[in-house]
Amino acid sequence: MHPYNYYAPENIDEAVGLLEEFGGKARCLAGGTDILVQTRGGKFELDAIIDVKKIPELTKVNWTENHLVFGSAVPCYVLYEDKKISSKFPGIIDAASLIGGIQIQSRASLGGNLCNASPSADGICPLIVHNTICVIAGPKGYREVSVDEFCVSPGRNLLDEGEFLVSLKVPLPTTGFGAAYERFTPRNEMDIAVAAVGSSVVIDSGKITDSKIALAAVGPTPIYADKASEFLEGKDASDENLNQASQIAEDSCSPITDMRGDVEFRKHLIGVLTRRTLDLAIKRSGGN
Amino acid sequence: MVSTADKKEYKVIGTRPIRHDGYDKVTGRAQYGADIKLPGLVFGAVLRSPHAHAIIKNIDTSEAEKLSGVLAVMTAKDLPRLENIQRASAEESGSEKHLSENVLAHKKVMYKGHAVAAVAAGDINTAEEALNKIKVDYEVLEPVINVDQAMDKDAPIILEGFEADHLGKKVLNTNVALHEIHDFGDVEKGFSESDFVLENEVNMQTVHQGYIEPHNATAIWDEEDRVKIWTSTQGSFTVRDSVSKVLGLDVSRVRVTPMEIGGGFGGKIPIYLEPLAAVLSRKSRRPVKLIMTRTDVFESTGPAPGGKVKVKLGVDSSGKILAASAVIKLEAGGFPEAFIEAASQCVFSCYDIPSTRIEGYDVIVNKPSSAAYRAPGSPQVAFAIETLVDEICDKKGWDPLEFRVKNVARKGTRTALGPLYTRIGLEECLEAAKKSDHWNSKLNDNLPSGKKRGRGIASGYWFNIGFKSHVNLALNSDGTVALTEGSTDIGGTRAAISMQAAEVLGIPAEDVRPSVVDTDSIGYTDVTGGSRTCYATGYAAYLASQKLIEEIEEKAALKWDIDVTEVVYENGIIKSKSNSELKMTLKEFADDSPGGPVTANASVDLEEAGGGFGVHIADIEIDENTGKTDVVRYTAIQDCGKAIHPSYVEGQLQGGATQGIGWALNEEYYMSQDGRMENSSYLDYRMPISLDLPMIDTILVEVPSEEHPFGVRGVGETPIVPPIPTISNAIHNALGIRMSSTPMKPSSIIESLKNK
Amino acid sequence: MATSKKVKKIQITTTINGQEMELLIPPYISLLETLREIVGITGTKEGCNDGNCGACTVNIDGRIVDSCLVLGAEVDGKNIETIEGMATPEGLHPLQQAFLEEAALQCGICTPGFLVASKNLLDNEPNPSEGRIRHWLSGNLCRCTGYDKIVKAVQKASDKS
Repeated sequence: MHPYNYYAPENIDEAVGLLEEFGGKARCLAGGTDILVQTRGGKFELDAIIDVKKIPELTKVNWTENHLVFGSAVPCYVLYEDKKISSKFPGIIDAASLIGGIQIQSRASLGGNLCNASPSADGICPLIVHNTICVIAGPKGYREVSVDEFCVSPGRNLLDEGEFLVSLKVPLPTTGFGAAYERFTPRNEMDIAVAAVGSSVVIDSGKITDSKIALAAVGPTPIYADKASEFLEGKDASDENLNQASQIAEDSCSPITDMRGDVEFRKHLIGVLTRRTLDLAIKRSGGN
Repeated sequence: MVSTADKKEYKVIGTRPIRHDGYDKVTGRAQYGADIKLPGLVFGAVLRSPHAHAIIKNIDTSEAEKLSGVLAVMTAKDLPRLENIQRASAEESGSEKHLSENVLAHKKVMYKGHAVAAVAAGDINTAEEALNKIKVDYEVLEPVINVDQAMDKDAPIILEGFEADHLGKKVLNTNVALHEIHDFGDVEKGFSESDFVLENEVNMQTVHQGYIEPHNATAIWDEEDRVKIWTSTQGSFTVRDSVSKVLGLDVSRVRVTPMEIGGGFGGKIPIYLEPLAAVLSRKSRRPVKLIMTRTDVFESTGPAPGGKVKVKLGVDSSGKILAASAVIKLEAGGFPEAFIEAASQCVFSCYDIPSTRIEGYDVIVNKPSSAAYRAPGSPQVAFAIETLVDEICDKKGWDPLEFRVKNVARKGTRTALGPLYTRIGLEECLEAAKKSDHWNSKLNDNLPSGKKRGRGIASGYWFNIGFKSHVNLALNSDGTVALTEGSTDIGGTRAAISMQAAEVLGIPAEDVRPSVVDTDSIGYTDVTGGSRTCYATGYAAYLASQKLIEEIEEKAALKWDIDVTEVVYENGIIKSKSNSELKMTLKEFADDSPGGPVTANASVDLEEAGGGFGVHIADIEIDENTGKTDVVRYTAIQDCGKAIHPSYVEGQLQGGATQGIGWALNEEYYMSQDGRMENSSYLDYRMPISLDLPMIDTILVEVPSEEHPFGVRGVGETPIVPPIPTISNAIHNALGIRMSSTPMKPSSIIESLKNK
Repeated sequence: MATSKKVKKIQITTTINGQEMELLIPPYISLLETLREIVGITGTKEGCNDGNCGACTVNIDGRIVDSCLVLGAEVDGKNIETIEGMATPEGLHPLQQAFLEEAALQCGICTPGFLVASKNLLDNEPNPSEGRIRHWLSGNLCRCTGYDKIVKAVQKASDKS
């Protein structure tokens, strides 16, 4: 492994400066649960690792008038042990509480999970169906992008040189909003998704006024299933409609066969999990 | 002299003392192989082949040697070339040439991960960087990755020049290293007389023992050409034998010190790193430590063979088996062997069958050279026979337990390979299963919606090897006894051995203080494996204790100036038969014993013991929509002869059952077409986690063996044999589909449901 | 743009099992390697080096982590508890005693990780259910025991606390 230096900047400008200085030979360290494995495996050669956990914006949880804002280095356990976050965003907690095991959740962050941009990432589908905004800092200042654009290809995100993810902004749930995430793994924990679905709905007077469905492990990145999502808008949450949406989601994805699953099985699971997450999202919408 | 009285009352045997090495292990003080620290220690790393099958045309180490911080570089050129002489030791075989070539590839690499060079440097990072500077010129060849490919007439030949044995004839240019047949009675007649004949075939993927501690070795090669090795191993003497062969040294020049070992299950019997550490030490004149990465463990050490097993049974209308045949094809990996003989011994072991025919093929493939994994060969054949029995019972409406009882093997039954069984306890295990709470409980209580449940049962067998052990006893002046032995302790055996000595001596278990010592300090002791340790080393402890009592009686007679026939020792008290005034405790005697240290020792070389049978019951719950299978209740029943320390016997049953469950449901080497294992990490090699399992109930049946004074049978290996067919039978019970490939993973279950 | 700067050792101050230490370490080594090679305490074990087996579990500021996935550089100013800090001069921790009495170890290599992890559970939840214990310990692999006696030992220790 190529030896690298360690830096722990205490503010955003310092971090941007370091990233610019080292170019592609520096990466950010949040929980370390992906990046430390990758540096050892020779996935990339670093001259510097930049520990971002001393930057206040990256480790804080804030509530504004319309959003929950949490730093990109906030570990999963902070999210699920927070009563307010757990009650308002169970669909996000679904993912935060099953990435790895307790040891991993002490360190891994949803921001890091997003930046790692794995097609089978657990944290990304829930963020997509919650309409999350990514707050990015870089040499040119700040910018915001919608989370469904963040991942570009397997393992690659849209950050330019010198940029890093500061925080995630999640709109507060409106009345009638409900969301859920479920993945399929052969073991009960410590596993990686064979297929996964995040769903959210807004129910008004028995009708689905908004619905979002996102799929993981069945494409080069987690994907927003637009056809399935749009199908449900304006419709009743009937058995037939939900099944049809699930079938559309199943048909819309193009998984590959690899050591974690084959094409047929993954598509089949997408159908099953879409239905299940829609059911749970609808049930939870009653709470809002 | 061997007492096998049933239902004896014991003072120590059957109790559950805290194991002698326990305090060190729960505080982190215990020293495992990777923990060793020596002055001047340097670190090694191993370069491994990226190709599954290739000729090595050239290795250029010059750039690596020049790297600052590198102290030594080695290739196979640094090892003597060995001949094709067959080795024969307990649980290890093959030829000396292959032993050496597996340690470090000579002309060819046989599997991805095959070691080709090694480096020592002042720190591990520099050693690993140096590997990148070694240039190996490979001519890549087409790989062969399963038995069908290997046995195809156009298959590339992996072991060039190897003389295979096909039914006694020497054959060249084949990937079948061994083809043998065991015939008894007249199977053709038996099948023709049967009212019902059925056959099946199972297909199994390679799996790994999965021990949490990676392989390690530390070595010093001194100025007198003597080598000291510290390693985590299942057999210090086996390491000594193998290392001395590979290095071309006399055995006495190699001393092996066993460190504590973090799991083995058979996988830590072969050597990998020891000769590399030794030669690197010779070349650098420093102590060298080598530790495998987890990837190396999966890709380069011996897994359990995958393969195919076909079984056929003929039964009469009453359910009596008249004839049975099997065709066993197992993958040996890059070098022979694949435990065909053991598989042949086990396939029909649970049944009394008048005519049998067992055909075995030991097949060379481009995978790491296989090693023993807890009853090697038996799980593969049990999968075939026990699911076939289940299928026959299902089709004919027979009770699966009654069928097994009707055909049960017992004392005097002839085994397929010839010998008759001595006293065994399969029937008692089947009876225990019949009476068990689990078998009699309702399957579908509290069934969650959307799930289906099924129950399965299967039996299994493994023999106990005997072989050599040595034990030394010395009486301490405080009345305790120091016990030294050479059986490395993977699961609590030093406690079980001490308890046997304590029982004979009539003293508490804590008063026997055991140490597992190096190869200079004890007589030859065979591996901790083959379910032999509690049996054979325990027997040596038993004999040594009896001799110690003789010593004590003689010295007491000296002390009291009476005839030795007057003295009797019992339960820690020494007395004179005729004079009641003459009496002392062992402590009093030890504090003031005449005529030098009071010691005794004993050596054994034992025959196979009566073998352990097991019967397992599993309830599984399946989500029909996803194929996800959870084990919700599990009972492991096994004849252990006599449970010396019941907690550790229960532990063997629970651990072996869990490995079998993992093997059944999710574990496999996922191979790419070019012969690489793609899932060589604990993330994608899916071993059961705590959340995947229920409590595993155990029922210890005790039918004492005839071969051991306390009736001990080895228990360590049998538990991995029944789980795979138990799970398959349970899935059939739940869904009506017969899973005949491992792993029975969710996608396979969904596919089978679709094709139903 | 900077080229490869020479990588120099860095100094960290950390408290390990109640003892404050100043250490000079390469910046790129893990906390696991720091403990085993620099501090010299080897109770914390390496099983996989990629966060999948839990044999390297330690407690940092009250949370269990896989020390193979933490850089030594990160623990400056932090409080670390390893297996070596679990027993006191007064005796073993109830969990350690329970593991011995319940025979919850066979080869023992995973035991330090399980003890550190289960101590953290019982410190926060004195009476966990079997399911909660199994869930909490999912990040710790054992290949020898099948987990049965480990769960029973944790239950026994929780009854005693």
